[in-house]
Amino acid sequence: MSMTQQATPAVGTPPAPGQKQSDGRTRQRPLALRLLARPEVGVFLGAVAVLVFFLFAAPPVRDGSSMANILYQSSTIGIMALPVALLMIGGEFDLSAGVAVITSALTASMLSYQLTMNVWVGVIVALLVSLAIGAFNGWLLVKTGLPSFLVTLGTFLILQGVNLAITKLVTGNVATDDISDMDGFAQAQKIFASSFEVGGVNVKITVVYWLVFAALATWVLLRTKYGNWIFAVGGNKHSARAVGVPVTFTKISLFMLVGFGAWFVGMHQLFSFNTVQSGEGVGQELIYIAAAVIGGCLLTGGYGSAIGPVFGAFMFGMVQQGIVYAGWNPDWFKAFLGVMLLGAVLINLWVQRTATRR
Amino acid sequence: MDRSSHPRSRRFAPVIAVAAAAALTLAGCSSSSGGKKSEEGAANASAGKATTPRMTVALVTHQAPGDTFWDTVRKGAEVAAAKDNIKLVYSADPNAGNQANLVQNAIDQKVDGIAVTLAKPDALKGVIGKAESAGIPVVGLNSGLSDWKKLNLLEFFGQDESVAGEAFGKKLNEVGAKKVLCVMQEQGNVGLTQRCDGVAKTFEGKVDPQNVNGTDMPSVKSTITAKLKQDPSIDYVVTLGAPFALTAVQSAEDAGSKAKIATFDLNKDLIKSIKAGDIQFAVDQQPYLQGYLAVDGLWLYKNNGNYSGGGEQPVLTGPAFVDKSNVDKIGEFAAKGTR
Repeated sequence: MSMTQQATPAVGTPPAPGQKQSDGRTRQRPLALRLLARPEVGVFLGAVAVLVFFLFAAPPVRDGSSMANILYQSSTIGIMALPVALLMIGGEFDLSAGVAVITSALTASMLSYQLTMNVWVGVIVALLVSLAIGAFNGWLLVKTGLPSFLVTLGTFLILQGVNLAITKLVTGNVATDDISDMDGFAQAQKIFASSFEVGGVNVKITVVYWLVFAALATWVLLRTKYGNWIFAVGGNKHSARAVGVPVTFTKISLFMLVGFGAWFVGMHQLFSFNTVQSGEGVGQELIYIAAAVIGGCLLTGGYGSAIGPVFGAFMFGMVQQGIVYAGWNPDWFKAFLGVMLLGAVLINLWVQRTATRR
Repeated sequence: MDRSSHPRSRRFAPVIAVAAAAALTLAGCSSSSGGKKSEEGAANASAGKATTPRMTVALVTHQAPGDTFWDTVRKGAEVAAAKDNIKLVYSADPNAGNQANLVQNAIDQKVDGIAVTLAKPDALKGVIGKAESAGIPVVGLNSGLSDWKKLNLLEFFGQDESVAGEAFGKKLNEVGAKKVLCVMQEQGNVGLTQRCDGVAKTFEGKVDPQNVNGTDMPSVKSTITAKLKQDPSIDYVVTLGAPFALTAVQSAEDAGSKAKIATFDLNKDLIKSIKAGDIQFAVDQQPYLQGYLAVDGLWLYKNNGNYSGGGEQPVLTGPAFVDKSNVDKIGEFAAKGTR
């Protein structure tokens, strides 16, 4: 897609033999323009703009602990936005990602509680369930050739109903029981929901995971064969298959990766809030997708990065909390959010167009 | 199309999960504290049994899926139905038009009585008229305190959100609050707005409303933290649902704020926090009582011609305050999910 936009058509005379100049197709464009054409640059500039704006508009943002709070909010979106972005680069998206987070948390909580087992048992079973949901999505998609919109809309509705019905059936209530006094809880909480001090500022551990996962995803995407496969199946899966890319494996594994993300965020929610309400999570899938799109991933697949969604998620957290820090009228909250996000996407678009225009 | 052959992968995740769970149980992974085993086998409340002829009652609410509050209303209605030899038909939809269709559905089933919530009275006006002309008695519950008389309902059981808000505001004056943050988990919900407005009406200090995204707990937590940081003069956080109060406690801690927390509505986890002093008080409109009385009221009308509230006044179920002074008694019932 946009990668081809960078290639300049070979015009003029072919280079004389002996000349070590390239044949024109690989002619270097100015560094600044090449940088601007990267998928994450637009969102990076947008994020900086939003940050600077709120540093002026909302004095409390300048405080370190406020920034930690904004980063925490961003990380809970960002950890999910990463696999969602990879999936999107691979040409699909997942509407069930929001409720899948709650499904995972409910599974872990109810299983440990009802069977009175160490919470780690629930955590592990929840991981298997989450991966299975992802595998099911991918398998059904590959098997039937249906668009991901339909397949994952179906899973979304199923999970929403199952979350509610099973919770009610098992616990007799629509929220799970408190598991904070059970064996293994303190340990799991340390891993999924602890925090640490940096220069007197309390930082949530999810921020660290977010950045580590982002680095890992970037490496996979740019330096491994699997990364190439993701771009290939998102660009054109038929030509990808023709050159030997395992399309089925790539797509199913990407959906399972989203399942892994849902499990991770679900565990964070469970161990930081002790109980889970079965109606939560609806609507979050759109926020993950928004963070990925703002982060420069194309809805049509084949183009994007893993670092872009990090800035996308940060922008989301920054705007959402920035409005509160600024003390603006809360009735306008969602409208502000929408305007800011549209603005960011437009900046993103403009930067890319400017950069790729010659 | 993706119809090429693919490796026959083993998709046994659920089987593996169950097997793993069983294996882990055997391997001694059970928890020595908490869990189901420690939960007391609390038997459901029962209060004798009526020998009157079997009747059918429809309870139609505007419940959104997965809401702990409505679950309690339904439990009260079920217990009353079991005691009164009533078959209870429960249905719910937060969309007013759909709720009206559900009432029509009950009329078509020729039920002996309908209990309905009036979150949007105008939308239900037509269909309630139809029920009355079909000779089916209709009672109101929960919301619609100002409209049930106009719609010619037989009786009403509940508490007006504004009244609850006003009582809440007075209590805040008593405990010496100066500036209050009112956390709304659903932007644009009429009932929730009335609660905050009610608080503002009687509370002598200032009330700041704040919308949060109720379907995403981490975001609720961050937003309350941000607000407490932005305005350090806030000394009380008021949430409009029990789960959000528990989150607000964490937010205040994160923000390094000394703000105290109080809330509308109850659940069993909240009881622990009131005991521990993390949450100051909760105002309870006794949803169990609303469901119970609405069903029981229809039974009394049918079998004995009684009008609860004389058919003139609503039967109030709240506001009832729960704080450290009475939390021990109420906690027993909340543990069963009926308070």
